[in-house]
Amino acid sequence: MRFTALVARELRRAWSSGGLVMPLAFFLLVAILFPFAIGPDAKLLARVGGGVVWTAALLAALLPVERLIAPDLENGMIDQFAVRGIAEASVAAAKIVGHWLGFAPALMVASVIAAGLLNLPGNILVRVEIGLLIGTPGLAALGVATAALTAGLRGAGAVAGLVMLPLAVPLLIFGAGAIDGGVGAFKLLGAVSLLLLAGSPFVAAAAMRLART
Amino acid sequence: MTDALLHLRGVDCVRGGRTLFEGLVLDLAPGEAALATGPNGAGKSSLIRIAAGLLPPTAGNVAASARRALMAAEAPALDPELTIARALGFWARIDGVAGDRVAEALEIVGLDHLSAVPVRLLSTGQRRRVALARVIAGGAALWLLDEPGNGLDTTSVAVLESVIARHREQGGAVLLATHLPIALPEAKPIVLGAAR
Repeated sequence: MRFTALVARELRRAWSSGGLVMPLAFFLLVAILFPFAIGPDAKLLARVGGGVVWTAALLAALLPVERLIAPDLENGMIDQFAVRGIAEASVAAAKIVGHWLGFAPALMVASVIAAGLLNLPGNILVRVEIGLLIGTPGLAALGVATAALTAGLRGAGAVAGLVMLPLAVPLLIFGAGAIDGGVGAFKLLGAVSLLLLAGSPFVAAAAMRLART
Repeated sequence: MTDALLHLRGVDCVRGGRTLFEGLVLDLAPGEAALATGPNGAGKSSLIRIAAGLLPPTAGNVAASARRALMAAEAPALDPELTIARALGFWARIDGVAGDRVAEALEIVGLDHLSAVPVRLLSTGQRRRVALARVIAGGAALWLLDEPGNGLDTTSVAVLESVIARHREQGGAVLLATHLPIALPEAKPIVLGAAR
């Protein structure tokens, strides 16, 4: 009950603060920029397209990181949860679920458009979508952990990028690798995603507790 | 005293290398109140946060045997884009209390006519009253109020005093920190910042 209320709040915050439109617009913009940068060679685009979609997804997931935890710490929300005996890890887990629901499904829809822009054939698109479905929960978890670690820092947005992107490299490798790498890469992608999902709530919780004292 | 809602035993608080208070002992039984006073920076907020379990004491023990409600000095913990009714409705869901408790509490603090106004448009005093309404609606037995009088007009301070009195009559306990005069009959005095 409490957990649902927390998730619902995260989802509402994600969508009301342009969480749906901004990452999508950004994602599509990156997908549009690539053909301009590497030229209109359809074969080349189709070859690098999957990787481009994954890179764009990574950057789009980074966008809302600043509003995930810092405003709640400042506003006293995290304190009020703690007074009510709600574990910080639960708060973080709710934020991960809410963050994922806020950006991942929309990103998967936008990937269809990006696939068109990058001349990706249907079978590749399917592999990209499956990869996103497996990988984005890990990405969301990483985003929440990063948000907790960088909350309250000056220039938190830039620091968040420096913290999050290197840690997201395994997702990128296996996500893009799964496009022509077969089932094994999907399994490794799932493993990395699960690892991030399992660890991030506790990392975020520790960071939130530290921010309080 | 075993029936106390809040126990503080020999609590020390050191912040930034400075000892704010030492050996603090406090028991709050149902119906009791404690009033923490002292100059700015004397450790009033730290005491409230220690009692709330948000700040570990440097030494000593803290135990609460009842649900706690916190009214923080500054942070309202209300989503600014929501209306008062919806922002409090979220906390009612978290606290597991019925929605009509929120309407009741808003009426007590005199904000029922503003329940459809977004939190971001409220004045400081109004925001404080919404935070008070959350404490009232939450149904916790132990109230921890940090500067509850800040930003309130005289009418609202009187409302605050009567709300606290009624809570104590119903078996609740209150720990209140303030630098403003708030009437708290028969409250245990905690004077901070005296021994420096």
